[in-house]
Amino acid sequence: MVNFTVEDHDGNRQEIEAPDDMGFSLMEILKASEYPVLATCGGMALCATCHVEVLEGKDELGEATDIELDQLENLPEYYPTSRLACQIRIGDILEGSIIKLRGEDQ
Amino acid sequence: MIHTDLCIIGAGPVGLFAVFEAGLLKMRCHLIDALPQVGGQLSEIYPQKPIYDIPGYPEVNAQDLVDNLMEQAKPFSPTFTLGERVDHLDKQEDGSFIVTTSDKTKVHAQVVIIAGGLGCFEPRKPAIENLELYEGNGVTYMVKDPEKFRDKNVVLAGGGDSALDWTIFLSKVAKKVTLVHRNETFRGAPDSAAKVFDLANNGKIDLILSANLKQLSGNGKLDSVTFMDKSKVEHVIETDYLIPLFGLSPKLGPIADWGLSIDKNAIEVDTRDYSTGVERIYAIGDINTYPGKLKLILCGFHEAAIMMHSAFKYVYPDQKLSFKYTTVNGVNSF
Repeated sequence: MVNFTVEDHDGNRQEIEAPDDMGFSLMEILKASEYPVLATCGGMALCATCHVEVLEGKDELGEATDIELDQLENLPEYYPTSRLACQIRIGDILEGSIIKLRGEDQ
Repeated sequence: MIHTDLCIIGAGPVGLFAVFEAGLLKMRCHLIDALPQVGGQLSEIYPQKPIYDIPGYPEVNAQDLVDNLMEQAKPFSPTFTLGERVDHLDKQEDGSFIVTTSDKTKVHAQVVIIAGGLGCFEPRKPAIENLELYEGNGVTYMVKDPEKFRDKNVVLAGGGDSALDWTIFLSKVAKKVTLVHRNETFRGAPDSAAKVFDLANNGKIDLILSANLKQLSGNGKLDSVTFMDKSKVEHVIETDYLIPLFGLSPKLGPIADWGLSIDKNAIEVDTRDYSTGVERIYAIGDINTYPGKLKLILCGFHEAAIMMHSAFKYVYPDQKLSFKYTTVNGVNSF
């Protein structure tokens, strides 16, 4: 299991424990945790509705792919620490990280 | 006023297949979609992506599926209103509805079917104070009629393909075009990016890189845009129009105000016939929810078939519906 923290649009933080052996993406875990993530495209990095900011632990996640950067750079607001949750696989790399929801509030 | 049996809100794959299922029961359909083309998410978001879970197609390109659904619906001659969002539903004394769009198109139908996927795709808006004040008064998110910009000063914002394409196009129409982009490079099509840099180098457009929109000014109508460069210095550009192009985002829109039972942006339905809590309104596809719901195209197809058999009673109240297979009767004999 992997433990990380999620900060919602109102600034509330919650510890999340997620299985690291089932191939889930961060987007899927956020949806399963009842966060308002639309994920319109189902995880293909095509809609950017699962936009998150990695407040702590970004270096561990590696570089975003070109398709992910295409979406992020198209957003009206994005940050140097922005990522798409659908492109982040749940694994050790997330341990101890802090993720802030940035996708439009539903 | 357009008169039809069924008004389908949403021309995505499920809405298009609903036309076919309605046609088998001799019910006419008019479809309305906020997007300028049919196909919904498939055409708008991932037209070139393969889909693997449509029965009978081991693999099908999303746009090919849309094209095939249009072909399948063709014998039943559906009619369309595209590029307009449905704003109002007004129930008539006889139980039928008048549907009114954002452009005031009116459709009279016995039954309304909401097949709106995740709602309407609306432009993503930059976080600029008072942006709404200037919407329709200089700020526009779409170039519907390029002639509107002839001999005008236009500022575009964004760095994707839309921003590049419209910058190139409007450079031949507008008096002056300025493109503001927050980065130093473009991730859009390299050919389009090269054209934009050429236009800038030749003095045909003003290209402002590493800058962010900051403020709008005007007296009822937009007359200038302020942007901030990477050194945090503010600059003002006088302009007639600002066109922010940051892609589209799905929103439930006015559907949320129609008195339907909504749970987490989806419409609750009765799984016996996918009817909503309001008589003569059905919801099928990704926009509905019920215990066990799977947001798959094929589930929407199933829902369309079931709901049409329920809707029949409103269109033909004096007739008894008898179930028939297409293998026995073909399509046109229904």
